[in-house]
Amino acid sequence: MKMRTRKIKDKIFTIVSILAVIFITLPLAHIIYTVVINGAQAINLEFLTKLPKPPGEIGGGIINAIEGTAVLVGLTLLISFPPGLLTGIYLSEYGKGKHVNIIRDIINTLSGLPSIVAGLLAYTIIVIKYGFSAMSGAFALSLLAIPYIVRTSEEAIKMVPNEIREAGLALGLPKWKVTLYLVLGAARPRIIAGVLLATARIIGEAAPLLFTAFGSPHHVTSLFEPVSALPLIIFIYAISPYKDWHTKAWGAALVLMIIVLTINFAVKYYMKRTRI
Amino acid sequence: MNERKLPRFLKLDDWLGYLSLLASVALIILVLILFYELAIQSLQALKTFGISFFTGTEWNPVKGVFSALPFIYGTLFTSTLAILVAFPISIGIAIVLTEILPRNIAEILSTIIELIAAIPSVVIGLWGIFYLAPMVRDSLAPILSTLSFIPLFQGRTFGYSYLTATLVLILMITPISTSVYNEAFKYVPNDLKEAMYALGATRYEVVRKVIIPYTKSSLLAGIILAYGRAIGETLAVTMVIGNKPNITLSLLAPGYTMASVIANEFLEATNTLYVSSLVALGFILLIISLLVNYIGGVILRRLEK
Amino acid sequence: MAIDKKIILGVIVIIVIIAGVWYSMQPREEVIALNGAGSSFIYPLMSKWASEFHKANKNITINYQSIGSGGGIRAILDGTVDFAASDAPLNADEYSNATAKGTIIHLPITIGAVVIAYNIPDLEKRLILSGDVIADIYLGHITKWNDPRIQELNPDVTLPNEDIIVVKRSDGSGTTYVFTDYLSHVSDEWKNTIGKTKIFDFPGTIGDRGLSAKGNEGVTGVILQNPYSIGYIELTYAIQSELNFALLKNRAGNIVDANTTTIGAAAEGAYESLPESTASWENVTIVDQSTPNAYPISSFVYVLVYEEQKDSTKIEALKKWLTWITTDGQDYADPLHYVPLPESIRQKNLVAINNIHSTSEVQASSLDTLTTILVTLMIKPLSRYSLPIA
Repeated sequence: MKMRTRKIKDKIFTIVSILAVIFITLPLAHIIYTVVINGAQAINLEFLTKLPKPPGEIGGGIINAIEGTAVLVGLTLLISFPPGLLTGIYLSEYGKGKHVNIIRDIINTLSGLPSIVAGLLAYTIIVIKYGFSAMSGAFALSLLAIPYIVRTSEEAIKMVPNEIREAGLALGLPKWKVTLYLVLGAARPRIIAGVLLATARIIGEAAPLLFTAFGSPHHVTSLFEPVSALPLIIFIYAISPYKDWHTKAWGAALVLMIIVLTINFAVKYYMKRTRI
Repeated sequence: MNERKLPRFLKLDDWLGYLSLLASVALIILVLILFYELAIQSLQALKTFGISFFTGTEWNPVKGVFSALPFIYGTLFTSTLAILVAFPISIGIAIVLTEILPRNIAEILSTIIELIAAIPSVVIGLWGIFYLAPMVRDSLAPILSTLSFIPLFQGRTFGYSYLTATLVLILMITPISTSVYNEAFKYVPNDLKEAMYALGATRYEVVRKVIIPYTKSSLLAGIILAYGRAIGETLAVTMVIGNKPNITLSLLAPGYTMASVIANEFLEATNTLYVSSLVALGFILLIISLLVNYIGGVILRRLEK
Repeated sequence: MAIDKKIILGVIVIIVIIAGVWYSMQPREEVIALNGAGSSFIYPLMSKWASEFHKANKNITINYQSIGSGGGIRAILDGTVDFAASDAPLNADEYSNATAKGTIIHLPITIGAVVIAYNIPDLEKRLILSGDVIADIYLGHITKWNDPRIQELNPDVTLPNEDIIVVKRSDGSGTTYVFTDYLSHVSDEWKNTIGKTKIFDFPGTIGDRGLSAKGNEGVTGVILQNPYSIGYIELTYAIQSELNFALLKNRAGNIVDANTTTIGAAAEGAYESLPESTASWENVTIVDQSTPNAYPISSFVYVLVYEEQKDSTKIEALKKWLTWITTDGQDYADPLHYVPLPESIRQKNLVAINNIHSTSEVQASSLDTLTTILVTLMIKPLSRYSLPIA
């Protein structure tokens, strides 16, 4: 092939690749820009601290959604972290033989669960019996968080160098002490990073909450009653015809994005600092 | 009494072993319960319609006729299109990040791109409703309509369409495969690349002949990951797709995916057949998602040999 | 040493989490939460009621979610809410499903109107439409705004030469029920093809001029965003979103607007012949009435509630709420363009509300037990509230 043709192909490739970068980053910049500009209009003290008003009335806020999101995330982590971590421990430390792979594969099917199906299942299993509530919302979110935590815990533990285990065992420590104190201690940064990332992921999920948390215009007073959540109200307000609600949707989106981006940056910074 | 021998895999070292095994078993039971529940609830729909549930095209809650095809079509149509576009784009971006840009700028850019993956689906949907859909309706569609001899671009549009949904999906899944490829390309041994350059290869040729073949399994893994995400994506798509069961090649027409119809109609399905049909859709969605992962895994293992 | 610090830290974290959860679950003076769902038609009024009622009864919170009448009916049948609101009464199937689980009460709680809203840019004069024209628009026979039949109803208006974009509800809707009930009255073709229903598909003749949206909210939004569109929504939504809606020619041949007077006129004839509160209301209708100033697309909105309540802690609150909306709440109707109930209906409701009583229920199944085990395994019983475990 002639040198010229080859050079042209190369140039085209470079240009197209750069266009690809622009094609992706431009909308991103626009999204962030619109969320900030539109959201800033909604954000004020009332917005962040007061309950919503009936449609058609100006004012009110989204404190119900902020509380709801906090409660849901807390509950979800409470429900999913212990079993997730323990399973990760089993798969990496205690599991023996071919069975481990089978167990891992079965649990991995959970990671293929679409978020809407998680909500659907939470409805048929929990809501039918116990009603719409923060608990059922947390159950749905746990279905999404657990496989994530299992996987990151297992990987984090596997990355701990064997010398640590051997040192502990050589000192005569029982295996559980080696695992809990030494191995988990060494794996802790990555495990925490995994939990934080799982949090960032589920905080923005609205699909599982549609049929479980149900929404609520009040403060959270019970885990067994419906609650609102930031992604939920973004969805509901966005598809409404009220301009005031649209503005609030942007405001809620800004709040949500700030939280999610903060968590992501915190994880990145944390990983860099503890030199992973 | 005979000494009972525990099977080897049950001989765990101490209480922590048993506790963690218990947790794993509990999770397995959970998975089984989930599948059981999906199967049981789908039964009525599957029994009532049989094969026509998968081949029929009518979704009519009034008449009580439900079929999955329009939604399976919608999901696969949008996801496949999105992947076809996202794949080359993410390769291009990853190349820019690893081969063209200086290290520090590349770091910043890749962080920015990962940011997109972190933006919640609803927020993208919000942006889609107020900015993307009107842009599609007012600017993009008229341009594309000039090409209306291509069936992809026929018909009227209101902005909420397969096209908008696909664009949203592309935006959401590209960062996923990009970060996979970014990592993978970094690991291509420098001496391989340098050898090629020393022989006078252009960057494009190095990409084609060295980087791509070397990272084949990561390329596949990226696609699988992205495809799985696209299939299950619910809210952003629901907010911009137009919510109309529609088997058509026209990107400008409104459409519907399995995830969207469940999100929209589940809470108001007032009779058990309706509910069962929606659960069946969820089941199908899960199976497709698992299939994608499974097939991907099989191909990956073969590639790695 | 390092090990001890970690244990202490971990224990502290766990204590903090448990304390936080425990604290958040302490009921602040025994707040009772009532949950309702359903009609988007009545959502503006219901939302106002919830807020005003709560001001007068600080220990009761009302949570109403607008998911469509179909959703409300499903929720009350499933037992996931305490009350539902619907502009459509239960049809035969739903009624028999409901009565299989107990005694279902229909409480007419207000009267509202469905208006035909449209978005024609630069048109200030309000359009006049008639039933047969509307039916033919939705059947796909009238496709352009400047169709002669629309023109003859509006002789001094310049109608644009544009396709009519027709909008309907995508969800199971009482508003759709009322609208299609009306169309069935004014168009034989509609009655014989689609009939009165909570959800329908566009006839093929509509082609790609048809759009569906979720809730009154969604339809309103779609009309606002799409020039030359037409759709059916509840009156309050049109007013709050500043959408134009048509003046209608009613059965008596008069051109009427939708306001509390004309809507009230439509309901008057029906008051005497309403069924028992616990009976089926599927044949109740107040559309297309012959009263001279009746607005033709009017409807009752019903609250649906079971006479038998499983949760005895909620009964008093529930009765209080239902009584309040039947009496004091009616004062808030008119400002929001809903019609307050006449005294006779209020009395009828109060009698039915009084019959609400407590009952205990026991049911079990294998899946119940299995899921109960799993749920309680994963959730420590931190609550003072008892789970209704069988």
